[in-house]
Amino acid sequence: MKGRFGQHGGQFIPETLMNEIIKLEAAYLRCKDDPEFTAELDGLLRGYAGRPSLLYFAANMSEDLGAKVYLKREDLNHTGSHKINNVLGQCLLAKRMGKTRVIAETGAGQHGVATATAAALLGLECEIFMGLEDTQRQALNVFRMELLGAKVHAVTTGTQVLKDAVNEAMREWSGRVDDTLYVLGSVMGPHPFPTIVRDFQSVIGREARQQILAAEGKLPTAVLACVGGGSNAIGIFHEFIADEAVRLIGCEAAGEGVDTERNAATIANGSAGVFHGMKSYFCQDEYGQIAPVYSISAGLDYPGIGPEHAWLHDTGRAEYVPVTDAEAVSAFEYLSRQEGIIPAVESAHAIAHARKLVPTLGPDAVVVICLSGRGDKDVAAIAKYLGREVSE
Amino acid sequence: MSRLAAAFAGKKPFIAFVTGGDPSVADTKRFIHAIAAAGAGMVEIGIPFSDPIAEGPVIQEASQRALAAGTTTDDLFALAGELRAEGLEIPLAFMTYLNPVFHYGFERFFARAELAGVDAIIIPDLPYEEQAEVKQAARPHGVAVISLIAPTSDERIRMIAAEAEGFIYLVSSLGVTGVRSQITTDIDAIVAQIRQVTDVPVAVGFGISTPQQAAAMAAKSDGVIVGSAIVRLIAQHGAAAEPVIAGYVRQMAQAL
Repeated sequence: MKGRFGQHGGQFIPETLMNEIIKLEAAYLRCKDDPEFTAELDGLLRGYAGRPSLLYFAANMSEDLGAKVYLKREDLNHTGSHKINNVLGQCLLAKRMGKTRVIAETGAGQHGVATATAAALLGLECEIFMGLEDTQRQALNVFRMELLGAKVHAVTTGTQVLKDAVNEAMREWSGRVDDTLYVLGSVMGPHPFPTIVRDFQSVIGREARQQILAAEGKLPTAVLACVGGGSNAIGIFHEFIADEAVRLIGCEAAGEGVDTERNAATIANGSAGVFHGMKSYFCQDEYGQIAPVYSISAGLDYPGIGPEHAWLHDTGRAEYVPVTDAEAVSAFEYLSRQEGIIPAVESAHAIAHARKLVPTLGPDAVVVICLSGRGDKDVAAIAKYLGREVSE
Repeated sequence: MSRLAAAFAGKKPFIAFVTGGDPSVADTKRFIHAIAAAGAGMVEIGIPFSDPIAEGPVIQEASQRALAAGTTTDDLFALAGELRAEGLEIPLAFMTYLNPVFHYGFERFFARAELAGVDAIIIPDLPYEEQAEVKQAARPHGVAVISLIAPTSDERIRMIAAEAEGFIYLVSSLGVTGVRSQITTDIDAIVAQIRQVTDVPVAVGFGISTPQQAAAMAAKSDGVIVGSAIVRLIAQHGAAAEPVIAGYVRQMAQAL
């Protein structure tokens, strides 16, 4: 069946949108192997986003943890996260499809800022949907998007966070498809989005694999990334999937703990379901109502996971581990002090797990961590978490 | 003749939607008896879902009220069973999203639906391409899986219509459910395409609220579905909505 990853994936969306995603798939298949399209995208990734991103040897962290740790520095991309890789691809695709307007959901604001940026660059009208709660905890990003010319809608329905922003973007798209492309921010949603977003993000892993081979002359022992929907994780995992000796580890948000009601650990606590256009794993109750989830990280505060991750979990090719708020905040401070790099609180989930894992791997191990974004956006929230008063 | 076929035999039913459990399951039961007595030809009961992506604000809020009141899928199976036991004869359709059905288990869901006297199910996030598994589970229990056709369906219309069962839900407008002042879709052209491949009746929904709109849509199709306009009355009047809904349904049913 179309767009399946094992039992996961598919196209579970209203009929109103079906023709549009069929057109999107056709346009994508035309563009992805079109030398003109790939050259244009590659030119933007290099000349605008600043790729390739560094693979940085974290010497202090390596010494502290007892094995070699490398950070794939997606935080150094223009707009400060991996999200730019996908939005440049999708916005170019939108232009090829003759669209003049893009809409997107955002949690932490990283995808919203990236979409607004690409839209400004490429001359597309842009509207962003963001949960009201997220507009408050990421107020600077709201203004950033507005500076870039985007209109930001604060979503007041449901739980007022990322999943509700996706609901509202889908509703908006079903009302206006002719001139509009929904630029989905993660490897989720109906086919072909999980594949399109993975392909655009897989530049992370292609670079990282070459860079680690050049630096170490061998493949890494393990590759770590944080997982909400899972786009930076798929981006770095994908090129390593065939290298079966390389452990792939996704770090999901356990909030206040997997045994509490306040977490977003989909693999640890979720079950099979169908939501936001895809079959996958979701946090839900006994009647299939989607559960309100929680994480200190607005970007991981999502009750599902991309269908390819669900499949990688089923097959055992990738491992998924929960990381709590407390562990992530501790890792946020740790990386800041060890390496002089302030990570996004999302990426800090992967750093946190590395602190537990790396010491168990032995001195010959080489670990690559996707540092998916920079932490400037989180400084105020972390200060608040730590009980410090900071006025912006 | 099945209850569904009878509803369309020689007449054009007015199809009323209510969100199950808004404001309570007992109120929903009274509302449905009143809706039937006022001349509706079919009732759709919404099984509330936490994230109804095809609904506008009115039905979203009703879903939230019903869930906050503790309404479950099992409560609504019980409701349907009681309505039948109390003599309700018009067809009942459930409208919900795929996850509550999937999570319940397809076989278990449709077995209970059959016992409760439910005739059809409408699932807005189940397009043609993904229908097979659900239809296969529903068919042995005599529950029709309703296909939706939208203004954007174009060349998909015939493909969908050819496989349709029960009735076809023709979505009148782009976007989500909710009252609209104007419907601009060329309903005649879509119905004509459907007619080339099937005799399955076509009911038009989304955006309809006035007797004039209902009469205009009924002239082009086999039935008219109204949701948000009724749910809005329930939002305004709560448990006391019964006579208001009955008056509204009577007026709409007469317009057909």
